[in-house]
Amino acid sequence: MFKYFEPNRIFSITSKAPRYVLFLFILILSIGLTEALVFSPEDYKQSHAVRIMYVHVPAAWITLGIFSTITFLSVVGYIFKLRNFFLIAKSLAPSGFVFNIIALVTGSIWGKPTWGTWWAWDARITSMLILVLFYLMYLIAWRIYENNDKAFKITTIITIFGIINLPIIKYSVDWWNTLHQPASINILSKSTIHTSMLFPLMIMTAAFALFSLLIFLMKYNTELIKIKNKGLDRL
Amino acid sequence: MYGRKVKFRIIFVLLFIITLALTVFLVLKSLEENVVYFQSPTELKVLPELQKKKIRVGGMVKNDSIFVNSYELTFVITDFKNEINVIYSGAIPNLFEEGKGVVAEGYLKDRNFFSATKILAKHDENYMPPEVKEALEEK
Repeated sequence: MFKYFEPNRIFSITSKAPRYVLFLFILILSIGLTEALVFSPEDYKQSHAVRIMYVHVPAAWITLGIFSTITFLSVVGYIFKLRNFFLIAKSLAPSGFVFNIIALVTGSIWGKPTWGTWWAWDARITSMLILVLFYLMYLIAWRIYENNDKAFKITTIITIFGIINLPIIKYSVDWWNTLHQPASINILSKSTIHTSMLFPLMIMTAAFALFSLLIFLMKYNTELIKIKNKGLDRL
Repeated sequence: MYGRKVKFRIIFVLLFIITLALTVFLVLKSLEENVVYFQSPTELKVLPELQKKKIRVGGMVKNDSIFVNSYELTFVITDFKNEINVIYSGAIPNLFEEGKGVVAEGYLKDRNFFSATKILAKHDENYMPPEVKEALEEK
């Protein structure tokens, strides 16, 4: 089904998409930033420092989401030998990596005024740092092995090692005593964040997701052009 | 539909994930006391012997327990079962308050006294505007 896809047909769609995605991204981001920085209320305890959360939390969500997607694509791609899946995974990784760093840096900036420290070796923060290292390994592996079968195998192994870390990141705040607070937004139980703060958070998440999509499309187009230049009409 | 190799690859990936997950689980389980960022006063009470090395203790700052004089600050950390007295001199974070979470880093003097070298405020998972907080308190 996916094995014999046609790069030319996909390219005709993905080469036009970035300009629309960019437009949407700028639109949603400006709404999100005005909501987050101007209209949303300050917090009863941390006052304006709460606004860092509107960047920190979406960045962390997106980076976890992208790593899960990369792992899924790599494993399925490895089992069924779908080269296109690897190219999608490869093109997704850079924005995941960038958002992971953003999450760590904004967390650090938030930590200084609230906790009183830039960095703490608690389970949540350390496991996020480990995820950055996995992203880095993943990206470097593609540089070393380029687009061949060896790269597919090695990057799949890296994602499987990395995915074990994801439940640790998610549940570290519940399993152990950590300096980092537990999740405020819960699907099963009641969320402990006020609606007026949840709204900008969601818009910012949408904006960041669009940014990831934009970077993904640009990377993916490059991969497709590379294939076209090699004169292959299928992978 | 799919060949033998595909089935083997599925089994290989599954075994790989299970083995890895189990290994990580066992390692974390045995290292539990190093993974936790701080211990509660109750956990300190049941320690077989007093530790000389630097530790962290965390919990709530007990209400009406903060006393400040010219050279030091004392307060009580409670987990609502046990308490520990903390002595500290130095800078405190903005969010350090009675009835709020705190983590103190330092040394145990004895079972009831802790000499802190650093104080961190722990933020909880509640986010709300000040008006909502006031409305909640009035209830």
